[in-house]
Amino acid sequence: MSPETFKPEVVAFCCRHCAYAAADLAGGARVSYPPAIKIVELPCTGRASVLEILHALEDGADGVVVAGCLPGTCHYLMGNTHARQRVDHVTELLKKIGLEDQRARMINISAAMGAQFAEKATEFVNTVRELGPSPIARGACRGGPLGGPGKAPAMDGREGR
Amino acid sequence: MIVAEQKSLDEIKAMLKDAKKVLAVGCGTCVTVCFAGGRNEVGVLSSSLRMAREVDGDSLTVDEVTVQRQCETEYIDGLADDVESYDAVLSLGCGVGVQSLAERFPAMRIFPALNTKFMGYPSEHGVWEERCQGCGNCILHLTGGICPVSRCSKQLFNGPCGGSQAGICEVDPDTSCAWQLIWERLGEQGLIEQLMEVEPPKDWSTSRDGGHRRIVRDDLRLPDGEEG
Amino acid sequence: MNVHFPKVNLPESPDTPPLGERSGGRLERILAAGHFAVTGEVGPPKSHDAEVIRRKARLLEGCVDAANITDNQTAVVRMSSIAAGAILLEEGIEPIIQMTCRDRNRLAIQADLLGAHALGIRNVLCLSGDHQSMGNHPGAKNVHDIDSMQLIRMVKDMRDRNVFQCGEEIKGGGPRLFVGAAANPFADPVEWRPYRLAKKAIAGADFIQTQLIYDMPAFRKYMKRAVDLGVTERLSFIAGVGPLKSSGMARFMRDRVPGMSIPDELVSRMEGVVSGIDKEQKEARRDAWRAEGIKICIEQAQEIREIEGIAGIHIMGIEWEEAIRPIAEGAGVLPRPEIE
Ligand code: SF4
Ligand code: SF4
Repeated sequence: MSPETFKPEVVAFCCRHCAYAAADLAGGARVSYPPAIKIVELPCTGRASVLEILHALEDGADGVVVAGCLPGTCHYLMGNTHARQRVDHVTELLKKIGLEDQRARMINISAAMGAQFAEKATEFVNTVRELGPSPIARGACRGGPLGGPGKAPAMDGREGR
Repeated sequence: MIVAEQKSLDEIKAMLKDAKKVLAVGCGTCVTVCFAGGRNEVGVLSSSLRMAREVDGDSLTVDEVTVQRQCETEYIDGLADDVESYDAVLSLGCGVGVQSLAERFPAMRIFPALNTKFMGYPSEHGVWEERCQGCGNCILHLTGGICPVSRCSKQLFNGPCGGSQAGICEVDPDTSCAWQLIWERLGEQGLIEQLMEVEPPKDWSTSRDGGHRRIVRDDLRLPDGEEG
Repeated sequence: MNVHFPKVNLPESPDTPPLGERSGGRLERILAAGHFAVTGEVGPPKSHDAEVIRRKARLLEGCVDAANITDNQTAVVRMSSIAAGAILLEEGIEPIIQMTCRDRNRLAIQADLLGAHALGIRNVLCLSGDHQSMGNHPGAKNVHDIDSMQLIRMVKDMRDRNVFQCGEEIKGGGPRLFVGAAANPFADPVEWRPYRLAKKAIAGADFIQTQLIYDMPAFRKYMKRAVDLGVTERLSFIAGVGPLKSSGMARFMRDRVPGMSIPDELVSRMEGVVSGIDKEQKEARRDAWRAEGIKICIEQAQEIREIEGIAGIHIMGIEWEEAIRPIAEGAGVLPRPEIE
């Protein structure tokens, strides 16, 4: 697929207090950003886990962007900082998996930065377009928790993080 | 708790190279609280393995389950119905968990996903430190609650050696000298006389030297005829 | 925090024979006769070349009462200290074999000590040993079955009670070894080091050899505490000295070596003697450094002789055994006394 015809699927985990509002602002002001971006609203990027980012990629996303508040302005103090640590962890994992580490990125934005959101999102989509489609087939053979309802081994321990 | 750390993805991939369908089994006890083999880590590792195999142009099914305690048969019994449909079991338990699975399912190939490191505690977020080597004859009452077996690089019983400087062990700039801590603490407690006693050579037969150790509690064993 | 420094009891072991009747070695007899003792040091080669030991022995001849032979020093494999000690004996120099707890368990140590006695060796220095991570086999498994304090007690009990560590009797008597131990006055916790020294006396050490001493004020303080605790009445305290070889070495030892204290003033002196010499004149610089290093060492040895509680000096050449004779001479400890 050439970069021209390839339409990347990108998932954006957006904090409600900033990036999500900024995306709204961009929409309202008719500053366009690529429609390929699927926005997932989070109460804070501190809610985004390594596992969810990986699952997005495994389920067919070509890239994942986590968009949180500007450094030092998190409504929950350090949520965006933790998010950056996790995105860094994911990029390390991606290298080990054999995927390009540019497929995951953290950006910081304020609620008032509608145009910048559009700009940064477009830039990320372009990066992913350059990389080409993810080699992970959409929704291929993702296993998952063993056993449906009623099956014995539903003895999960506490949630990790 | 028992503290473990995940093996590299490459090493785990290599172990599983002949498998097509794998059951990843986490443990909800020690390795969950040290973020090495709980449900979350099972998810991340399984997802990574599936994607890595796909990147290689192949595929791998990894199903995930996390049991409350992998080291007790009761908790892994529930896997019995499913386990045989897999080529291999990848255990994210500590070495004890891996062996319990191997013992319970002797026909299965059981692979360790973790390196079991030590008995320790989280000294700060994201940092774990060893605190006990299970020497079988605790002397913490003589050493101010600081274990020289696990925390002195030379396992001295009458330290410190001459390499202790500014509270740091000669072996590693990130390691405190256990014996500096012991003298300081007992000094503050006014118990230096206690340290003037020469601690005699340790009887290591209580330690790791005689094959695996066993504890038998007659008060807890099941009487003949009773089932557990 | 109000830390109380208690007086300690140094219980005299009823089994210990009087000084002069323990090992029969020259070092013990020198000390028993009240002479100021001089010991030196020989590092065995990283090979089986006995000639290295013989050559170093000749450099020490007549300068020392006994010479230490290091035991895989800094955890680097070298010729065994007992084998090198036997060669030293052939050359007429009394060896003090060093024995670390890093490489041997209690069985191996006791076996080696029996062998050492059989070969005519009469002194042993009991050490924990540098950690293997510092040497050339960092992946080695260390032993540390017993520690240096327990080793002191074990050697003493073998000698004075004729028993192996397990309590079994040694038929025909234990090895007659004069028991040495190491002390580092400058390691931390500094305030408790005199107590650990006292503990070595309690364990049964007959003599102490210290690490290199350069920091005189700190050493005087330490010795005063040791004397006050009564340690020097119980054992012979031999202070370690050695020549600095260059200002680079002085700085390295000051900044990098754990448990080493070198006053800035000495570093400046070493730097000062080459200040007028062009950097290219390597030999001239080396000679100037070495002359100053020996000079400083002699001054310190003389100063140490005057400190209360000191029974001797231990001169460490550190692969520069040629320096030992001029230092001994300058310190006024030659000729060594004849002794029965
Ligand atoms: S002394 Fe032994 S039992 Fe006690 S903490 Fe240390 S290793 Fe564990
Ligand atoms: S410096 Fe302290 S902790 Fe390290 S080996 Fe020596 S006594 Fe043990």
